[in-house]
Amino acid sequence: MSVIDPPLPRTSAVPMSRRTRRMMWRGFLFAAPAMGLLLAIYIIPVLVLAGFSVTDYQLGALSWGFTGFDNFARAFSDPVFLRALGNTALYAALVIPLGVGLALGVALLVHGRKRSRALWEVAYFLPVTSTLVAMATVWQFLLHPSLGPVNAAFRALGLDPVAFLADPHLLIPTMALMGIWQVLGFNMVLFLAGLTAIPKDLLEAARLDGAKSPLDRFLTVTWPMLGPTTMFVLVTTSISAFKVFEQVAVLTKGRQGSETLLYAIYLEGFEYAETGYASALTLIFLALVLIVSIGQTFKLDRKVHY
Amino acid sequence: MPRLTRYLPHVILTLGACVMLLPFYWMVLTAIRAPAEIFNISLWPIPETFSAGRNFAKVGERVPMGRFMLNGVIVCGGILLVQVLTAVPAAYALAKLKFPGRNLMLALVIAALCVPMQALALPLFVGLAKAHLLNTYFALMAPFFLSVFAIFLFRQSFRSYPDEIIEAARLDGFSEMEICWGLVLRASLPALAAFAIFSVVAHWNDLYWPLIVVRDTALAPPPLGMLYFSDAESGADYGALMAGATLVTAPMVICFLLARRQFIAGITMTGVK
Repeated sequence: MSVIDPPLPRTSAVPMSRRTRRMMWRGFLFAAPAMGLLLAIYIIPVLVLAGFSVTDYQLGALSWGFTGFDNFARAFSDPVFLRALGNTALYAALVIPLGVGLALGVALLVHGRKRSRALWEVAYFLPVTSTLVAMATVWQFLLHPSLGPVNAAFRALGLDPVAFLADPHLLIPTMALMGIWQVLGFNMVLFLAGLTAIPKDLLEAARLDGAKSPLDRFLTVTWPMLGPTTMFVLVTTSISAFKVFEQVAVLTKGRQGSETLLYAIYLEGFEYAETGYASALTLIFLALVLIVSIGQTFKLDRKVHY
Repeated sequence: MPRLTRYLPHVILTLGACVMLLPFYWMVLTAIRAPAEIFNISLWPIPETFSAGRNFAKVGERVPMGRFMLNGVIVCGGILLVQVLTAVPAAYALAKLKFPGRNLMLALVIAALCVPMQALALPLFVGLAKAHLLNTYFALMAPFFLSVFAIFLFRQSFRSYPDEIIEAARLDGFSEMEICWGLVLRASLPALAAFAIFSVVAHWNDLYWPLIVVRDTALAPPPLGMLYFSDAESGADYGALMAGATLVTAPMVICFLLARRQFIAGITMTGVK
């Protein structure tokens, strides 16, 4: 180890000199705390979760037994769970297209502004940083049948007031409204970053090549170039839609058939202490999330690019 | 016609912004005016009597809001501290040191990125219950001590640090710790700022985990405290309820207004891989 040693090239195969061994130990030591936590917080819990899911374990119970796939069979014949699955699907079907589509529209409009851009960013992004529990309480007040300004506006326009939070059919769409409200600014910022990355001369070239209208230029240049961004936004929005919880906790607590996936898991696992059954439900939830996020990993590799 | 297309984007954006900001406007308005005036529902009412003092005082009478906020600060601060202390060396090792198992660890980190915290809540809860650690600050913080997102983000950022400088620093007698924290992290301060904002916002606003592990009002972070308050207040006193919502929401909104660029850079960083 002298001062004249040249820096080791990365690929050199030095057979375990003292130096490389020291380097190895340092690597281990630096990674050890995170590795320990990864084991304790992710790896062991996932294994334990899988273990629980094939038992009838209840937290606090003294005895429990192996039940095979009974919990999964029970899940798919449990009307409450199926309803939660359906509600979450409806919520996602509203939040994903509207939360992504409106965000893209707003981003396209904001992207063209120069002086007022910061102002619009603040206005649309503010809901992202706000505490959803508190804001759901505010929305509840806004949508109140007699005290809320929304129904007051409807009445002023001669429309019938809408029972957003009393009609069971409107509960999930009302929660979706709050979900879209909160996710829009987040997606807008991602789209703005994607739009900024598109080279100006590409749009200019398209214009010279005959894409005269802004719509033509959007379809031939902007939309294909935004491919990776759109993919990422779709995946993050889907995952956050699957995790809808706060609105249910504030507005209904799952009453009137308004449970969502995560709320049903919360009730089974933490209110009724049905640990085994709730573990099976959690695995189903995890499988849904993984299908979407793994799809993204592959799509990103193939680069949705031109 | 050209004038129309010139102003149309502004008109659409303004209408949209009104919808986005309506909840904030109505929340603050209700929090500062007299409870009797909530029956006045014209969209631009001028408060006749300011009752902000009365409404905010009512919050304090009903629930320990100051305590909730303090809990939020303790929990977010504790989580962020441990996340940075564990993620920075791990990211440095993954980016710049060679050791057996490095690729396996990286694969595990990326796999863990796909697993939402809610999927791990049940076994973690059982573990904490068995260890008699429920209803503690530790239980509120422990599942978030490791941020695989931070490891990933820092690794991406550290990789671009020149190897030649690290070599030169080693020859000059810098310890590996000094290189990691003093040189490499210092060059990645924007990533650190972006992550800190991301982490604090996420945990200040989180409801799911606190709802599970805390039954003691004195330990509740702001969202859980807000839920207690809105459950107890069910529809009676909207002035106080909106004052409470204002208090819970204000810290993150103020942080955003002060550090808008960092917030937006942070979000953008998550989308760029």
